[in-house]
Amino acid sequence: MGFFAEHARQLVAALGRLAQHPGSTLLTIGVIGIALSLPAGLRVVVNNGRVLAGSWEHAQDFTVYLNMEVSMDAAGILAQQIRGLDDVADVTFISRDDALEDFKRYSGFGDVMRALDSNPLPHALVVRPRTDLEPNAIAELAKVLERREETDLVQLDTAWVDRFRAMLDISRRAVDLATALLALAVIVVIGNTIRLEINNRRREIEVTKLVGGSNAFIRRPFLYLGLWYGFGGGLLAWILINIGLQALSGPVAQLTGLYTSTFRLAGLPWLESIALLGGGGLLGWLGAGLATSRHLAAIEPQ
Amino acid sequence: MISFQNVAKRYPGGHEALRELSINIDAGEFVFLTGPSGAGKSTLLKLIALIERATRGSVIVNGLNTARVTRRKIPAYRRNIGVVFQDHKLLYDRPVFDNVALPLVIAGMGRRETQRRVRAALDQVGLLGREGHAPVTLSTGEQQRVGIARAVAARPPLVIADEPTGNLDPALSVDIMQLFERFNEVGVTLLIATHDLELVNRLGHRQIKLAAGRLVDDGTTVSA
Repeated sequence: MGFFAEHARQLVAALGRLAQHPGSTLLTIGVIGIALSLPAGLRVVVNNGRVLAGSWEHAQDFTVYLNMEVSMDAAGILAQQIRGLDDVADVTFISRDDALEDFKRYSGFGDVMRALDSNPLPHALVVRPRTDLEPNAIAELAKVLERREETDLVQLDTAWVDRFRAMLDISRRAVDLATALLALAVIVVIGNTIRLEINNRRREIEVTKLVGGSNAFIRRPFLYLGLWYGFGGGLLAWILINIGLQALSGPVAQLTGLYTSTFRLAGLPWLESIALLGGGGLLGWLGAGLATSRHLAAIEPQ
Repeated sequence: MISFQNVAKRYPGGHEALRELSINIDAGEFVFLTGPSGAGKSTLLKLIALIERATRGSVIVNGLNTARVTRRKIPAYRRNIGVVFQDHKLLYDRPVFDNVALPLVIAGMGRRETQRRVRAALDQVGLLGREGHAPVTLSTGEQQRVGIARAVAARPPLVIADEPTGNLDPALSVDIMQLFERFNEVGVTLLIATHDLELVNRLGHRQIKLAAGRLVDDGTTVSA
């Protein structure tokens, strides 16, 4: 009981010490907060990218353009046949007339199309493979369909999704690297702040050693100071990220609306929020630990 | 309580502060340490507090050979010695209570017991009721009494003082010495370095005289 009560007292005392110099405290916490918000913010961006990539499962769809000679009826029969294949989940038939209507409406070339006396577009089938199909199997299916004599061209659109995922993987690695570097920077910043604090309190440390204070006893308030710096920085980073998300959510909703997507910008999940605050505190503790173990022993009463 | 055997202390740079010094102080004694500046009084006290270590010879305090006290064990060792300084060495950003309570907090004493002992120590030095004051609002003599209260709060068996009256006028000096005498009456061993010979002679306790790092008179042989 006494032990924990003493620690709790020192924890609060360290907070009180920070409150005595609000200017420099806020400055230090500001630096740490910004340093922490960078990797945490990038992580949010990458996580959102993954959610986005996940919602593109249907981007495995591919389009089979039929020869111009294939009639409407034959195309319908072909659609039925393909729909019956094991690897196919669904087939949407887009007739050349529908395609022309869509093209006129969305391409902006409506007037040009009207100038033509015949429809240049073929019938098309949008094939949706089963979702559990491997990319190789999808390519295989596309090849099979390409070999049919009714087929003019098969357009597989998965390549860019794969590229996007590969880029996402690289970004995740880069964010991990940035996280490690900035965590190191936070340790250095807090370590340096604690070192200055140790210099400011040199007299007090000397006196405490003279009346029998152990290194552990003298160290404790500095460790708590580091803990608060780190925790404060983590809290600031959390606030900055949420402000950033607020600022971005409007434009993102507008953008995804244009793509008729239901994608919503995800914030920091509570587990990662706790990790941010706790991680900040831990880094502060570590920085203070390094600074105290290096500089406290050097101060001896004269 | 304190035993020096053939102790020499040479500082880096070559200054020999103590040479071949042998003294004995029993538990419960009240001893003055005198001599001109540079005689080695402060060095002797520093060897006892383990602020410095002897170059040669052995320093035995409370039955413990200080050479065997490792760095890690110095804090626990110092808790058995109360130290009073000429410049008080108070923490000026904290109230009187916190200053006196420091050794008790270090020793891990409970809140209630700490409060009781701080009050008792302040009562003994005549400063009860000043717990909440900042040290700078007190006079020099009062600050020194806070320093003494801190030295005795944890009730160490040995109190050493380096020129405790160095900055005080004669009347206040007598007050401080009488305070030390009261602690001595309850069994505390006292070793006080001072150059106030008039006061020393008036109080008539044992006097260890040093000059240039050597023992001149250890005060046990009766002198006229």
